[in-house]
Amino acid sequence: MQVSVSEINDIINKEAMGDGSLIAALEEIQERYRYLPAEALILASERLGVPLSQAYSVATFYNAFSLKPKGKHCLHVCMGTACHVRGSPQVLERLESKLGIKAGETTRDHLFTLETVNCLGACALGPIVVTDGEYSGQMTSQKVDALLKAVLRVEAET
Amino acid sequence: MTQLQSIAEFQSWQQALAAAWDETRPCLRVCDGTGCRALGSQKVLAALRDEIRQAQLDTPIEVVGTGCPGFCECGPLITIYPQRISYQKVRLQDVPEIVAQTLSKGKILDRLLYTDPLSGEHIKLEPELPFYQRQKRLVLDFNGRIDPTKIEDYIALGGYTALAKVLGSMTPEQVIAEVKAAGLRGRGGAGFPTGAKWQLCRDNVLKVGQGYIVCNADEGDPGAFMDRSVVEGNPHSVIEGMLIGAYAMGVHQGFVYIRAEYPLAIENLKIAIRQAEAAGLLGKDILGSGFDFTLGVRLGAGAFVCGEETALMASIEGRIGEPRPRPPYPAEAGLWGKPTNINNVKSWATIPIIINKGADWYASIGTEKSKGTLIFSVVGKINNTGLVEVPMGISLRQLIFDIGGGIPKGKAFKAAQIGGPSGGCLPAEHLDVPMDYESLTALGAIVGSGGLVVADEDTCMVDFARYFMNFTQEESCGKCVPCRIGTKAMLSTLERICAGKGQPGDVEYLLELAQAVKNSSLCGLGQTAPNPVLTTIRYFRDEYDAHIFDKKCPAKVCKGLITYSINAEKCNGCMVCLRNCTSGAISGAKREVHVIDNNLCTRCGVCLNVCKFEAVEVN
Repeated sequence: MQVSVSEINDIINKEAMGDGSLIAALEEIQERYRYLPAEALILASERLGVPLSQAYSVATFYNAFSLKPKGKHCLHVCMGTACHVRGSPQVLERLESKLGIKAGETTRDHLFTLETVNCLGACALGPIVVTDGEYSGQMTSQKVDALLKAVLRVEAET
Repeated sequence: MTQLQSIAEFQSWQQALAAAWDETRPCLRVCDGTGCRALGSQKVLAALRDEIRQAQLDTPIEVVGTGCPGFCECGPLITIYPQRISYQKVRLQDVPEIVAQTLSKGKILDRLLYTDPLSGEHIKLEPELPFYQRQKRLVLDFNGRIDPTKIEDYIALGGYTALAKVLGSMTPEQVIAEVKAAGLRGRGGAGFPTGAKWQLCRDNVLKVGQGYIVCNADEGDPGAFMDRSVVEGNPHSVIEGMLIGAYAMGVHQGFVYIRAEYPLAIENLKIAIRQAEAAGLLGKDILGSGFDFTLGVRLGAGAFVCGEETALMASIEGRIGEPRPRPPYPAEAGLWGKPTNINNVKSWATIPIIINKGADWYASIGTEKSKGTLIFSVVGKINNTGLVEVPMGISLRQLIFDIGGGIPKGKAFKAAQIGGPSGGCLPAEHLDVPMDYESLTALGAIVGSGGLVVADEDTCMVDFARYFMNFTQEESCGKCVPCRIGTKAMLSTLERICAGKGQPGDVEYLLELAQAVKNSSLCGLGQTAPNPVLTTIRYFRDEYDAHIFDKKCPAKVCKGLITYSINAEKCNGCMVCLRNCTSGAISGAKREVHVIDNNLCTRCGVCLNVCKFEAVEVN
């Protein structure tokens, strides 16, 4: 994805100039690009008068931010307690072995990013996997296989 | 919407809305909370509207998306008014029949009713469901009844009347006295008396001339989702509570700090703030009283420690969420150095109820020292996963077996983990403990966030402790040494025990570390992080010993201590396990007994789950 300086400037103007919230601006940039491009961090630090070191510390402290580009499809496995006792470790393991990556990583073809999340608060449905914002509940290893197949089928068609 | 200029104007609007509110009118209420949405409620909702339009019924029937009523296990949930027929697990394909049979002909579809697991009987009406019957719903009362995106619904049921009462007839001192008399204690978990906290903040605001209030909606405890549900399903109750608090403390600016993982709650909250502003209930000169209050929303960025109040304030100020030592407490020097009062979502949402119904009424609910109701999210190995609001003092047994419906698949109850990663695990012998601040603390658990995770006989308590320690270790911000290094050392010891490499003395080492981390950590995260380990050692020491001395995991969970094998008598060679094994550890031809190679097996458990003949055994 092309990084646009004017777009990032717009986000900073909108989110941060009022009361100086670096985090709000970075959240918006992360949302837009699905990672924090280096240009964006530098720009935000200059525009908001925050040292780059501080912007970097914020960007690396919070789990919501990533300095690396994410894959086209994001898979989030909920590792909350309810999901844990209902078998989310097996679900994660299956995804890791199927995709050949560990949680937090992106496949080489940049198709999938696999991440874990600490509780989505939909505990009745555990274990939960969220695919690009869509929740799938009561997941098992077999359902994981079907889920990946479905994403790949859509990919092949487009 | 026109801005309300006076309390009288508000009152006449409120009375008109209340008069027009009619729950005997035919209406379909569909849960539109995160839980039911994840189960497809939005499609069901849209299909119901379409189907009803096409059916051209004699009386028009409105379809309303509501907040979460709490019975998440059975979602998507639909309640048909005026009778309050409760349909559960409604799928898209059920929609035409609901309209053709129930709405048109009044015929009830038995298959969509809740079936009592004990008697096997269908239960028709929502108020008759055992899940709701034993609850006392105050904070959750409007969830499931109102459309959270409509301020009119909230006001029709008495919303913002507490604010009008406070602005019109009470001094700030009187408000604080009322909250004190109600005996409300902080619902974020620590249980500090809310009225006393407000008093401290007010005193300091008067000295400095400025201050802030904050709603802590950074509900990070895994397994707890009541704050999300309140903000999603009844956001105005939180706003009204904050307005009353701001008036009492003399503060004119507030923030809601909410987890970014809760997109629907954020959306509904922002809608509610816009509506309150448009109605003149937020902003300048509220209801002509001269009182100003603005409310902003700040999103958490995925850091558990930001639920700690000093870390939360650092995050609102735009810095990394590292806690700092207290004192000074936020009431003295909080946001940008000014006096600040932070309360949890449920505490704020309780305030309008106290003002409307009176401190005496509120204080009559609960126990001597713990007043009012508590909301628990009952999750894990339990039949009725969901949110329940109960009076303080109800027993754990009632909560798990009467409301929660007991343990699935006839398994035995082993433990209840109460209060999230800061809480403790209670065994069956303490099932009769009253749920209140003091009783739980005495047993090593805490009320905390109200997360209640049920573990059954298949849960390994050492692995459970390892899970929580892994969580707190990952979420430790790293600022203070005891928490950063202590949690790491505890985790690696637990990992070693789970891997079958435990040594004599490990438990004693864990106990010693736990005390050090508890006593010397900077903030609540570290001070409470050892609780799950301490309580599992206290109540389930035999499981630790089995891991360390016998090299056995009694619950057959810990991978380093188990092997899988195939029972030759039960295996019919269907090849399902072989096809599902990702590590190529299973061999065998069709219709021949399969064999697991334990050198290749990763103990992922897939074969166990897929085998229909119970031929896979764990040893």
